[in-house]
Amino acid sequence: MHPALSIILFTTLSGGGLGLGFWTLLLAPAYDAIIFAALVGLAILLGAVGLICSIFHLRRPTRAWRALSQWRSSWLSREGIIAPAALAVLFLVGAITMLGVAGWPVLLLRAAGAILALSALYATAMIYAQIRAVPAWNSPLTPVFFLSFATAGGWLLFTAVLHAYGLADSVTILISMLLVALAWAAKIAWWRNLDRCGTGSSSLESATGIRDLGKLRLLEPPHTGSNYLTSEMVFVVARKHAQKLRRISLLTGGVLPLACLTAALLEHLAVVAIFCAAILHFFGVGISRWLFFAEARHTVSLYYGGHAQN
Amino acid sequence: MTSLPEQTERKLGLLIDLDVCVGCQACVVNCKAWNTSGYGAPLADSDPWGEEPSGAWLNRVHGFEAAKGQQSTVVHFPKSCLHCEDAPCVTVCPTGASIKRAEDGIVLVDESKCMGCGLCAWACPYGAREMDPSEGVMKKCTLCVDRIYNENIPEEDREPACVRTCPTKARFFGDFADPDSEVSRLSAERGGVDLMPEQGTNPVNKYLMPTERNGSDLLSDSGFRLASLADPTPKGLLGWVDRALSSI
Repeated sequence: MHPALSIILFTTLSGGGLGLGFWTLLLAPAYDAIIFAALVGLAILLGAVGLICSIFHLRRPTRAWRALSQWRSSWLSREGIIAPAALAVLFLVGAITMLGVAGWPVLLLRAAGAILALSALYATAMIYAQIRAVPAWNSPLTPVFFLSFATAGGWLLFTAVLHAYGLADSVTILISMLLVALAWAAKIAWWRNLDRCGTGSSSLESATGIRDLGKLRLLEPPHTGSNYLTSEMVFVVARKHAQKLRRISLLTGGVLPLACLTAALLEHLAVVAIFCAAILHFFGVGISRWLFFAEARHTVSLYYGGHAQN
Repeated sequence: MTSLPEQTERKLGLLIDLDVCVGCQACVVNCKAWNTSGYGAPLADSDPWGEEPSGAWLNRVHGFEAAKGQQSTVVHFPKSCLHCEDAPCVTVCPTGASIKRAEDGIVLVDESKCMGCGLCAWACPYGAREMDPSEGVMKKCTLCVDRIYNENIPEEDREPACVRTCPTKARFFGDFADPDSEVSRLSAERGGVDLMPEQGTNPVNKYLMPTERNGSDLLSDSGFRLASLADPTPKGLLGWVDRALSSI
């Protein structure tokens, strides 16, 4: 699948923003309005920038508002409703907390917002996980790693902001390390699944129905040039490059952040180290998100000679 | 509404006979010709006379080779939207632009609602949808919805452009919900095949499979020998002339 920058930025940034929003609504201390505002502001900024990036993927962006209408059947529509709703609740909670309003209605609103944030992350993942024509995506592991990365990235930012204001202890850093490690474990499990599945149970034989005539191969493509289908869905990344990029993403998004967090644990420039861990993590997740598209194979590639790469 | 209808009154679709298709591309060209001037935005091409011509087509013919040892059969494989009963392209659409019509089962795009996100094209396992390079909306086979019900054209033209133009009658159009229709009968008689049934899409369009040709024995030792073609034995009138001339 063609890795579009708009979607990579959208899923990575709004994932981080909603992850931070989730932790903020769930755990952030309300007694310090400045810290609360910093957390809410950062979450909304990342979430909103991500959502705006997603609009750049549309060929007719002025019609984007119509995407709010088909929530009954479409995960993209659900995502389009839930993600802004989660950000709106976050803004509301931030505003009333700044005004000093507290009590159980606020707690209820925070709980609702946290659930919305998680639901938005799940809906984003399901946009891809629902597509049977891309067998690597069509796996329960897809929402697992989407949610893992978003909550790990969100927690890293959460910890970083709390540390900046001298509010957190080493337990928060240990939790960061655990979440980052778990997220990459989920991603590695997803990669193993990807390496196994190829084009899933579909083959050139099932795609054409021709089974008894002998070994099939593409003799001539329908047109001499490329087309929308080949550029959008028959994107091929060289296997050796993919392997290298996987290692680079694991290194920058997993290993180096863990090293930074270890340094923070040992109280070497803790705040800087945690912020570095968060930035590196997002960078690594961004590379892995590029691979999420580049490595996934669509069944339409079978009609364009893709079976030869099996 | 991008929810699928429970069931459709009719199931209009195409039956494509791979045994008969010669890969002449007439259906591809007539499809483009009709649909660039019919329903919705024109079917655009980008850089048509330049270095990298590309464009939106609703019907494409792929050429495959099936090889058994030294023998091979070439299969011309036309592919367009299969108007699936469980169309995944419809349910993923966030804007309501993609619909499956309850009355005849045709899957259509309302181009005035399409925001060009491309998710439907990803959801289609067959590659039946293509983004228009200039209009930025999704294009797909409409089964020539602007021909089949069109009372302003002669009755014999009220079928999809690809079917109308096919010179070998490799394409049939009809209602698969009616067991007595030509497409239903042919499909039942010759075992019409679904493409990628494992994708759970329940395609309406069916394909009739190519049969093995006797001519594929040409290369085998036991079969027909090419050498005999070089030294023909005339039969009939020519044979009599041959014999008569030889005896002089």
